[in-house]
Amino acid sequence: MSSMIAKTKSAPGVQGVLRQKWQTLWRDIKQNKVCYLFLAPYAALFITFTVLPVLMAIGLSFTYFNMLQPPQWVGVHNYLRLFLEDDIFLIAVKNTFIYAAITGPVSYFMCFILAWMINEFKPKVRAILTLLFYAPSISGNVYLVWQVIFSGDTYGYVNAFLLYWGIIKSPIQWLIDPTWIMPIVIIVVLWMSLGTSFLVFIAGLQGIDESLYEAGAIDGVRNRWQELWYLTLPTMRGYLMFGAIMAITSSFTIASEITHLVGFPSTDYAAHTIVQHLQDYGTIRFEMGYASAIAVILFFIMVISQRVVQKLLNRVGE
Amino acid sequence: MKFNFSIRKKRLSRSAGGDTAVFIILLMGIAFMSMPLVLTISNAFKPLSELFLFPPRFIVRNPTLNNFKDLLVLMAQSWVPMSRYLLNSLLIVIGGTAGNVFFASLAAYILSVRKFPGANLFLSMVVLSLMFSAEVTAIPNYVTIAALGWVDTYAAIIVPAWGSSLGLYLMKNFVDSMIHRSIIEAAEIDGASEFRIYWQIVMPNVKPAWLTMIILLFQSLWKNTGGHFLYSEQLKTLPYALSQIVQGGVARQGVAAAVTLVMMIVPIVVFVINQSKVVDTMGTSGMAN
Repeated sequence: MSSMIAKTKSAPGVQGVLRQKWQTLWRDIKQNKVCYLFLAPYAALFITFTVLPVLMAIGLSFTYFNMLQPPQWVGVHNYLRLFLEDDIFLIAVKNTFIYAAITGPVSYFMCFILAWMINEFKPKVRAILTLLFYAPSISGNVYLVWQVIFSGDTYGYVNAFLLYWGIIKSPIQWLIDPTWIMPIVIIVVLWMSLGTSFLVFIAGLQGIDESLYEAGAIDGVRNRWQELWYLTLPTMRGYLMFGAIMAITSSFTIASEITHLVGFPSTDYAAHTIVQHLQDYGTIRFEMGYASAIAVILFFIMVISQRVVQKLLNRVGE
Repeated sequence: MKFNFSIRKKRLSRSAGGDTAVFIILLMGIAFMSMPLVLTISNAFKPLSELFLFPPRFIVRNPTLNNFKDLLVLMAQSWVPMSRYLLNSLLIVIGGTAGNVFFASLAAYILSVRKFPGANLFLSMVVLSLMFSAEVTAIPNYVTIAALGWVDTYAAIIVPAWGSSLGLYLMKNFVDSMIHRSIIEAAEIDGASEFRIYWQIVMPNVKPAWLTMIILLFQSLWKNTGGHFLYSEQLKTLPYALSQIVQGGVARQGVAAAVTLVMMIVPIVVFVINQSKVVDTMGTSGMAN
């Protein structure tokens, strides 16, 4: 409407158009006063405790900051150093991509498929199944039992079992041998991966209107796969994107599991990830500027993968 | 109303073969998922001799409560009473969860239902913020909280939790897909205020959403040790106190196993109560249709 009015008036000029735009925007804002009132408390919290620290960290990535002296401006030096001088960072990038490429999609599909299967059951059974699958991620450090399971001495369950059956003659150093570290970390991460998105998928599936399926059955949906692809998935699109972001953020930031399981650093940096590298510089070497630069790079990697996944998800149900 | 279906009626599009396949996959999954969990429970009841047995046994042979007794003795010796640590934990968990559910759902409701300038920008900022590593924001965050004068107070943990991005994004998705525009339009015609639509119409209809949010927040706050924000011993949390007890090497292995179980039991109990409520919701909403 406003643009039409602007056109009918005799040649308002660039400034006039701009002013007109601002006026419409201001009118829009005033009309939606209540909306901003609703948003305000959360927005204040979010800006203070999330946006501000993120901006400060991005700023720090262009400085040398050892947390004792005030930050010194070094321009893009941190970024150049990351890619040109830091060989271990490149190992970390490679490892992180391997972890993300495996655990991201696998955990995502596991979350969805298991949630979808569980959803078929009666409420009580469903609650028990949900608990059983969700239990590993319910407590922070239960995954440390894997340390006992894969312990390198003969007390470890896997070693004891393999020795008992005569498959191996001497215990394998599961958590020290570079060839085994990564597969074990992947197993443990997958074991813990039925977390946030799994619960969200279950809650989302329960929110789907039954009448949708009744209508679908009339329209000729024959089996559960057609029902999944043409009915369930398209209605779940919002949750699917949520799950994808969860999968991306968790699979690209695997770190504490590795540190707890195999120690830091892992043998030959075999399991080293970007976030571990970041923790190394941030909390051990006190090079906060450099650590912030790592965080910025990781952020862009995740944003790009999110955009790719979004493109893929838009095709669901077509 | 003629077709009164039960909550989970048998759908038309199901085959016996498919059902069997689903069942087998689930059984395999359960075996894999629950194994270390069974081990944790079993370990907590093992006497020290069995914890170091070779070949190791998965299931406890002579269950004993000694680990828990030792834990109680150690807890009783604590300088600050254990109940104080528990109180601190509860305050942080309940305060943080309640605030985030309220503020985030308020914002999520408005972002989902209304269109206004800046709404999309705000939402995409929230989503992007999920992808920035918390490690490097810790220092700027400390600076902010110190400037607010909140260091060594509960507020340092509770208030930032209110602004968590995950809660808002989660809630927004649920409101998007569970609330039909027609309900809101009907309420508007009845002259309901914005807050009333949010509180009396939208919130009860997205119960699974905030129940899920409660589980997730409870869990993350329950693990909170107070970090570098709480340094007075009286303000520290239960996970912190228990982690101190476990620091005793081999001699405390039994106690450590008991502590792992104790720390796990609380979120599981909360989860079970919570999930039974989700089931209730679905039951009642099924009747309403």
